[in-house]
Amino acid sequence: MIRRVILQRLVAHLDRPLLIGIGLMLLTSLLVLYSSDNASWGQPLKQMTNICVALACMWIVANLPLHYLMRTAVPIYFLGMALLIGVALFGEISHGARRWLDLGILTIQPSELMKIGVPLMMAWYFEKNEATLTLTNYIVAALLLFLPVGLIARQPDLGTSLLITASGFYVLFLAGLSWRIIGGLFVAGLASAPVLWSMLHDYQKHRIMMLFDPSQDALGNGYHTIQASIAVGSGGILGKGYLNGTQTHLDFLPERTTDFIFAVYSEEFGFAGNLVLLSLYAFIVMRGFVITGNASTYFTRLMSGSITLTFATYAFVNMGMVSGILPVVGVPLPLISYGGTSLLTLLLGFGMLMSIETHKKLVKT
Amino acid sequence: MKKRLEYKNHQREIFHFRLRLVVSIGFVLVLLAILVARLFYLQVVRHHHYQTLAESNRIAIVPIVPNRGLILDRNGVELARNYSGYTLEINQSKVKNLEATINDLSTLVEVTKKDRKRFKKLLTESRNFETLVIRNRLSDEEVARFAAQQYRFPGVEIKARLFRDYPYGDKMSHLLGYIGRINQTDAQELEDSKLAANYQGSDYIGKTGLEQSYESDLHGTTGIEQVEVDSGGRAVRMVSSTPPVSGSTLILSIDARLQEIAEQSFGNYRGALVAIDPNNGEVLAFVSKPGYDPNPFIDGIDTQSWDELNNSPDVPLNNRALRGQYPPGSTIKPFMALAGLNYKVRSPEETITDPGVFYLPGSSRQYRDWKAGGHGSVNMFKAIVVSCDTYFYGLATEMGIDNIYNYLFRFGFGEKTGIDMEGEVSGLLPSAEWKSKRYQDIWYPGDTVSVGIGQGYNLVTPTQLAFVTATLANDGVAYKPHLVKEVRSAQDEEKRLIASEVLYDLHIDPKHLDLVKKAMVAVTQPGGTAVYASLGTPYKIAGKTGTAQVISMKQGEKYDAEKIDERHRDHAWFIAFAPAEKPMIALTVLVENGGHGGGTAAPIARKVLDYYLLGKVPKALRVEEVKEGAEHD
Repeated sequence: MIRRVILQRLVAHLDRPLLIGIGLMLLTSLLVLYSSDNASWGQPLKQMTNICVALACMWIVANLPLHYLMRTAVPIYFLGMALLIGVALFGEISHGARRWLDLGILTIQPSELMKIGVPLMMAWYFEKNEATLTLTNYIVAALLLFLPVGLIARQPDLGTSLLITASGFYVLFLAGLSWRIIGGLFVAGLASAPVLWSMLHDYQKHRIMMLFDPSQDALGNGYHTIQASIAVGSGGILGKGYLNGTQTHLDFLPERTTDFIFAVYSEEFGFAGNLVLLSLYAFIVMRGFVITGNASTYFTRLMSGSITLTFATYAFVNMGMVSGILPVVGVPLPLISYGGTSLLTLLLGFGMLMSIETHKKLVKT
Repeated sequence: MKKRLEYKNHQREIFHFRLRLVVSIGFVLVLLAILVARLFYLQVVRHHHYQTLAESNRIAIVPIVPNRGLILDRNGVELARNYSGYTLEINQSKVKNLEATINDLSTLVEVTKKDRKRFKKLLTESRNFETLVIRNRLSDEEVARFAAQQYRFPGVEIKARLFRDYPYGDKMSHLLGYIGRINQTDAQELEDSKLAANYQGSDYIGKTGLEQSYESDLHGTTGIEQVEVDSGGRAVRMVSSTPPVSGSTLILSIDARLQEIAEQSFGNYRGALVAIDPNNGEVLAFVSKPGYDPNPFIDGIDTQSWDELNNSPDVPLNNRALRGQYPPGSTIKPFMALAGLNYKVRSPEETITDPGVFYLPGSSRQYRDWKAGGHGSVNMFKAIVVSCDTYFYGLATEMGIDNIYNYLFRFGFGEKTGIDMEGEVSGLLPSAEWKSKRYQDIWYPGDTVSVGIGQGYNLVTPTQLAFVTATLANDGVAYKPHLVKEVRSAQDEEKRLIASEVLYDLHIDPKHLDLVKKAMVAVTQPGGTAVYASLGTPYKIAGKTGTAQVISMKQGEKYDAEKIDERHRDHAWFIAFAPAEKPMIALTVLVENGGHGGGTAAPIARKVLDYYLLGKVPKALRVEEVKEGAEHD
């Protein structure tokens, strides 16, 4: 009896549909990791630890009442900005980019923190100014977005900066930015494309060119695209079967536990498996939208909408990249790829969704 | 009323938000549709195409490793070369019982314990599905025997590869360095510098010496072959290919014969010799003794041999010429004299009386001359010739450490020469600022006294000392020292000359130069400290001896070579250039624990100079030449 009460308390703030969706995804992740890592337990076991840590963090966030969430917005944002400036000044250079900050005990990548920090700050800002929303507010919000994005783009980390731009844009969009301005921005974006192109680093241009002709660089970047397409395509309708992907196990696939894990999955489970995976993603996203629709305050609506849309975008960008319709940017497949940081960020986001869903009743009464 | 308006507004807002939400859902559905369409296209419509590709993926992209560039001496003698040989390799994914297969193989070809050990090591480091080498350098007979039985061993194959070979063995080891297997650190570095693609299929990379410093030239460009492979992994048909470009050939400024003579002149002594053409900075000989045989390093040296090399008290793996740091001793005196003349501290004619000991004003500490009782009346010329310590104690004290530092630093002391080999160290030219940083202590007048005769904190490398000697020989015009003369591209025979680069001109007063050079010539004449160096030579040698203390003597204690342990005996230096009037070669000899420079270091220099200027081969080596000649026939 007491045990049951305790148990109920423990799960009270966990949103069941979301939890089920995430749980299924994480199980799939371990399954695919085992195959990607050539049937060894090395990476799945490590990922299991990551999962435990991330789930615990999600639980904590889910149990935090809304006003706590809102209060974290400003400190997280400014901490993130300070770290980003720190990176620009004293960051570690690895792979030609300055993304990491060495704090002695651990190295951190502040851009990861900003994936949550930016939409949180913008949503907070809109909530504060809800009563008197004018164009100026949108401009200030846009500045809140582009300051960190500019710093991240300079690192250079084009992938992350574009994705944070997207998450910030979703906040602006949901906050009611007028269609006329959205249209204007779209046209301006198209018009400035040649200028942006000239600002890209050589390797970034290279990756985009690769989309049009992967065979140009068959040993380098194009190799990833070619081999991933072969893996996906050869999977066929039903796939080659678990642990039977030849592309994977003959070592043709690069980065197969991280950015290209979708190719492993596609090869072994085929089009049918992909439909299942996409349905799972769609389920989680739709649940996110339901939570957004039910959200009781301006802040929570913006926040949950942005988290949900950003999650969908990550999934799309990764799968688009692996299947050869988007350039190769380093974006992991959410909830499936190996890696602790991105998983933690994702589950913190889901924790917020759960908090928004489970605390609203309390707010209403 | 007001309240109603607000309520209405709220309703409108919710409506607007819901509208946006619907648009968002629509957006997500569009993304979903795009993905489903793309996946349908790849996995259903084009499945057959990709299925074929995967099966013949197998349309494998095979990197073709380029041949590594050769290294030749200035006369075209091969110092590092490639020879083709066969390896026996096992594709671990296709062999079920590795142990049994290897046992079977050992009935056909010799598989030693060492081979098995190495294979096991490779196995633990490799990923699955990789082909691993079980035997290197098969003999023709072994190849034939295996080929006849190959059907019994699916997944085992013979591959033709090029092997690196260093025919001079330990004589060129510190110069050439060696290549070795690409390890994880190397792989990470290649990844970071975006070179990984060009190293696909390459197993080796330059680890030390010129092999490392000129890696980018020597490696070449990897070619690509797209081949169709059958299910057994054998190439059936070539689809397309881009041929590899062999690495460039390095033509060194080193004269292999000179290097050999220098090397052998050391006998059993440890030390270093660097010879430079002062007119262009070309390094003619670059010796560090003892050397080691670089050949076993290529495929991974076994632990026992490695320990022997690594723990030897002779430290054969240390490149003394480039990285050994020693006090310059009296070899610094000619440069100190130039500094004194430059700052007009002492005129050439000014004489001092040397009682054999020097005192700083107001101090009772003794700074002794190497000659008990002193040299009597000494001017600058005589001070260099007899290496009078007392004269230079005074000169240094009068100049002060700041002037000494400024002048010698400009000359090239305390700084890397920029020679084209990685790992150079800078030596040490002390200054008051350096001491306060290093020891948090002020500079004492006594420190300056020791610096005046090249002891104390001073450190130089043999390469550095050879460089400043060459600069002195060339009247103050410094050329950047370089070991490679020319990089010859294999593709178009295009030659890239390593330019003889003038680093700076010190604009030394010709009168000062004349005095110091004449004194250095007198060093090798009767009355000088290295009289044997030029006995009976038809050319004139300008030189200077030096001794670098290994252990310091207590006040009042006497240095007695016989009494102390051999490894605590002084290091011997000799710097020289010849012919003195129009120098063609400048060199530095360091003999570790060799005692006095004139006794052990100068005779080595003499042999090198005789060969370079007269073509004279030392007697001891002539016998060997005949023997070698016979071998070549």
